[in-house]
Amino acid sequence: MESPVEIVQHTAGGVIGASWLMIAFPLLGAFILLVFNRFTNRWGHLLGVAMSLASFVVAVLAFFELLGLGEEQRRQAVHLYEFIPGMVDMGLLIDPLSISFALLITGVGSLIHIYSIGYMAHDEHRRRFFSYLNLFVSAMLLLVLADNYVGLFIGWEGVGLASYLLIGFWQFKPSAATAAKKAFVVNRVGDFGLLVGMFIMWTTFGTLTFSQLGEEVGKGASNGTLTAIGLLLLLGACGKSAQLPLQSWLLDAMEGPTPVSALIHAATMVTAGVYLVVRSGAFFFPEGSAQALAVAIVGAATLLAGAIIGCAKDDIKKGLAGSTMSQIGYMMLGAGLGPAGYAFAIGHLITHGFFKADMFLGAGSVMHGMNDEVDMRKYGGLRKYMPLTFVTFIVGYLAIIGFPLLSGYFTKDGIIETAVHHQPVLGWLAVLGAGITGFYMSRMVFMTFFGQKRWAENAHPHESPAVMTLPLIILSIGSIFLGGYLILSNTLMDFLAPAVGAPEVRPEFHPFTTPGLATLALVAVGAAYAWMKYGKAEVPAVQPRGSFLTTFARRDLYGDAINESLFMRPGQWLTRLAVFFDNRGVDGVVNGLAAGIGGSSGRLRRLQTGFARTYALSILIGAALLTGALLLVGTI
Amino acid sequence: MTTHYLILSGLLFAIGALGVLVRRNAIVVFMCVELMLNACNLAFVTFARQVGNLEGQIIAFFVMVVAAAEVVVGLAIIVTIFRTRRSASVDDANLLKY
Amino acid sequence: MSPWLPILMAVPVLGAIVVALLPKGGDKLAKQVTLAVSLLVLVLTGVMAAQFKPGGARFQFTAEYDWIPSFGVKFGVGVDGVALVLIALSAVLVPIVVLASWYDADGVKTADGTIVTPKRSVKTYFSLLLVLEAMMIGVFAATDVFLFYVFFEAMLIPMYFMIGSYGGAQRSYAAVKFLLYSLFGGLLMLVAVIGLYVAASKGTFMFEPLIGAVKDPTTQKWLFGGFFIAFAIKAPLWPVHTWLPDAAAQAPAGAAVLLVGVLDKVGTFGMLRFCLELFPDAAKSFTMPIVVLSVISIIYGAIVAIGQTDMKRLIAYTSISHFGFIVLGVFAMSNIAQTGAALYMVNHGFATGALFLAAGFLIARRGSPFIADYGGVQKVAPLLAGFFLVAGLAGLSLPGLSSFVSEFMVMIGTYSSSAHGSGAFTVAAGISAVAVILAAVYILWMVQRTLNGPTAEPVKAFKDLNAREVWVLAPLIALIIGFGFFPKPLIDVIQPSVVHTLTNVNVSTAIAERGTGQ
Repeated sequence: MESPVEIVQHTAGGVIGASWLMIAFPLLGAFILLVFNRFTNRWGHLLGVAMSLASFVVAVLAFFELLGLGEEQRRQAVHLYEFIPGMVDMGLLIDPLSISFALLITGVGSLIHIYSIGYMAHDEHRRRFFSYLNLFVSAMLLLVLADNYVGLFIGWEGVGLASYLLIGFWQFKPSAATAAKKAFVVNRVGDFGLLVGMFIMWTTFGTLTFSQLGEEVGKGASNGTLTAIGLLLLLGACGKSAQLPLQSWLLDAMEGPTPVSALIHAATMVTAGVYLVVRSGAFFFPEGSAQALAVAIVGAATLLAGAIIGCAKDDIKKGLAGSTMSQIGYMMLGAGLGPAGYAFAIGHLITHGFFKADMFLGAGSVMHGMNDEVDMRKYGGLRKYMPLTFVTFIVGYLAIIGFPLLSGYFTKDGIIETAVHHQPVLGWLAVLGAGITGFYMSRMVFMTFFGQKRWAENAHPHESPAVMTLPLIILSIGSIFLGGYLILSNTLMDFLAPAVGAPEVRPEFHPFTTPGLATLALVAVGAAYAWMKYGKAEVPAVQPRGSFLTTFARRDLYGDAINESLFMRPGQWLTRLAVFFDNRGVDGVVNGLAAGIGGSSGRLRRLQTGFARTYALSILIGAALLTGALLLVGTI
Repeated sequence: MTTHYLILSGLLFAIGALGVLVRRNAIVVFMCVELMLNACNLAFVTFARQVGNLEGQIIAFFVMVVAAAEVVVGLAIIVTIFRTRRSASVDDANLLKY
Repeated sequence: MSPWLPILMAVPVLGAIVVALLPKGGDKLAKQVTLAVSLLVLVLTGVMAAQFKPGGARFQFTAEYDWIPSFGVKFGVGVDGVALVLIALSAVLVPIVVLASWYDADGVKTADGTIVTPKRSVKTYFSLLLVLEAMMIGVFAATDVFLFYVFFEAMLIPMYFMIGSYGGAQRSYAAVKFLLYSLFGGLLMLVAVIGLYVAASKGTFMFEPLIGAVKDPTTQKWLFGGFFIAFAIKAPLWPVHTWLPDAAAQAPAGAAVLLVGVLDKVGTFGMLRFCLELFPDAAKSFTMPIVVLSVISIIYGAIVAIGQTDMKRLIAYTSISHFGFIVLGVFAMSNIAQTGAALYMVNHGFATGALFLAAGFLIARRGSPFIADYGGVQKVAPLLAGFFLVAGLAGLSLPGLSSFVSEFMVMIGTYSSSAHGSGAFTVAAGISAVAVILAAVYILWMVQRTLNGPTAEPVKAFKDLNAREVWVLAPLIALIIGFGFFPKPLIDVIQPSVVHTLTNVNVSTAIAERGTGQ
């Protein structure tokens, strides 16, 4: 195996030296929009787009500057300032991995910003929406560009905050407010893992910067420590990337506006877990170690779970959300395979960013034309009314099911092939997952664009304005070609090699392998079955009861029920108990003590009767006792 | 010889104390207090005589002076109480309590 | 002899006298004078802090005057890094509190005429506030243990009146509970102070000569206990915490800010300065029980906070959780953890201050502290909701906000501490990290129930923040965000004095315990 090259300190200026601008532009945008508030209502959205585009330009320039450097020089650490003196400095790491992410985030991010101009045109809080989007882009860039875990964590929570704000953008809906809170809290469970992981890193290696950690781990570390760190990081990744067992928030997160679902809950933020695992490759070494295996298993389990959930959803966005879970499962599986899988995982991440954003925005375009209806049972036959949306959606659809020569085909196939090679059981599960993908995605397309109209009375579907369709077109072009470009001649693998290392054997693309053919066959079967059920046959306007398995999938594999009975209810019970204990127990003792003192003094003061003769008697007794005592002492 | 005086003093003191404790009329209580004081005076004078110095005698005079002062104040209080309450019973003057 | 600290204390006292002597009907003038005086103190503190040399002598701006010569009691003042940042915290918070409680003493009435608090003497309130400021500066600046004790107890008096006459419905219960609880601890401390004087037999109460003066381990333990119980009540630490929710909930919002933001810090400050340095051996032998108590505080405070129905009580319980972190950091005996703990004292003042004030603005509009009476504030008062949310996020230590840096330092410093039974520290840090999750629950659930959802009927009449209220919250939020990204100025000041403390306790002062470090 070829290990990553060493990180060098960036000294020259240039765009790489100024790469903090990438983070600063959208941050400034968010700041202006939030602070100057109403005054920016008229042009706020344009500023938001401009800042995102500016960031994209910087990313592209930095990318080319990086390409201009020799392979040994391609990991540039840019020092910014002392953060916690003696402990960690704030700095950026510009290397192929981070710049790939930066391009994806700013590129797709800018497209979604543009799309949002149209999508949110009628929302009175559009300016606020753009400020949150800008905040998100900024935090996400900090996440991927930081050269240490603390910076990464700040970005990590920053995107969590942006996600919280945007899921709850229509916070007056209780469902949206609840979903936002749920997303944040579940994410925090993952953050716990990331935090404790950092504690162990600091304690064991005395540093939190990637470069020094790489060196220290290279000098040797105990397997137990690496496994512990790996598993804790995986917990963090599971939270952010909606992997089992922390998947439950993603489906609810669809309460947010659709561009948010596309940007945050499909293309970028949810893939941060994959980034974390790949970036922390040193802790998941060697391939096949317990922690790496755990990553692959989580990925395989989630890819199936997400696919199964996707099969049963009538809400188009939730269907896509299930699919996102599933696709990130693929990436996790790839990331769990070590350097052999990294390039495919990142490749799939990038192509997924395009085709899933494409489809989410397409779904948004459909909703836009259908009075925000999300129930696919109320769609049908829309292809004639929204031709552009239809075509771009179909491209995304073909890409995700792995139609030959489209983007998803190359990247997903790469993951499956590598998985079958390294972890056969998981690999074949991934093949099965691909078949299910074929079914549920076809179901979605048939229910939405084909068949009879099942619209609500007042629906007047129409194509969306150009500001919305243009991003769709660009994204679908990416969904067609990007995968082939990245994978066919190992372009991405070679580009990423300095950052994540490369496998000993360079993979060659073979179109006709057993797993590859099996995948295609299963996808075809799935698609055909979907055609039989939802294309040819009439789609019932009301959800049929369905078998046990359907209910199982509809209820998100009982994920919420499990969380509720395992954590929420005992938690509520514990809270009530603690409050009761505090009021009655701890405070009870305090008040009891006070009452005791008060009560006994109340009783004692009764001795003061006011009768002079009683006092005289007590004086006499006292005098007698005193005399007696004196006499007694005298005799001794 | 001394013993007899002391026994008399003790008896007088006991009678006085008993009177203070059992009688309710303020005037009687007051007289009993005086009796106790005089019992003490007797004991002082007795001891002074026995020891042969004057200190006991002097104290007896002091006690008399104090007793006289006390009579002035005490009787005034009793009279005032009697005027306001129409009673000279010490049990009726029990406002100063818990 | 530097005149800085005596001047800093004299200015608010003089201001208080002026305010108290203002002619009748000068309420508005009283407020303006108070604001001016507190701003003057802030400026003076700023100028003084600018002259502080982090690498210089431990105590700077020192001054000593004989006070009770027969017992060697001196009016001795001086600041190290930790004391300096806490004095600065007080100086920042007081003008903000003055502005925030501009109308509090006028009586709080809601739109529909419900009287929340009746009208009281305005002049008294503001002169009490200034007296309190002088005492807060004094308690952190005192370098004479006896003087520290005097300020420690005297601080109770203005606060007692601020809660007892300007508070909510249950104010007298809360004020008496606060006073008795604190007095109980204070008396134990007085015994220990006298004991210290006798046992050290140095004939002085000055702090520096007393370091390491008590050698006998048993004596150390008893004296440590006297100090620690007083500080634990003040901090407050589980299980002597129950006065805080009552006091904070009943106090007017401004007083609650000073109570939780500054007064309680005297407890943790005292632990760091006096408990550790005067009785190092005892501190080490009591470390484990104290760590257990602080971990219980962290988790217990967070869980009980989740179950609160009253906003101010909820915030008070979150503070109990946060104080658990500070105490944990102090007793973790490592450079990072103690620096983090001292930093936490400052950041907690800002974060909880902002949260109390924002909650106070909500309560002033609705006339009810109960969360269930709100809903949908975001829609009618977006600015207030925004500030409330950011303050809440600071309360849950969101990275990028100042409280994160300190919480992170405390936890990582505790986890990596090798001072004493490091295995136990590891477990303690691991358990306390669970509070990260609980914090999200208590803050966001409160936010959801107050700000989000459909707008409740009485909330519809809410007005958004006015200029005065923005000026109250904006500086705090700016500080929270600023120190969230640039904590270096504070850390640079705090760290050297923490190193002094650690040296006097005889434990490692290294930043990274293992590995190469930096």
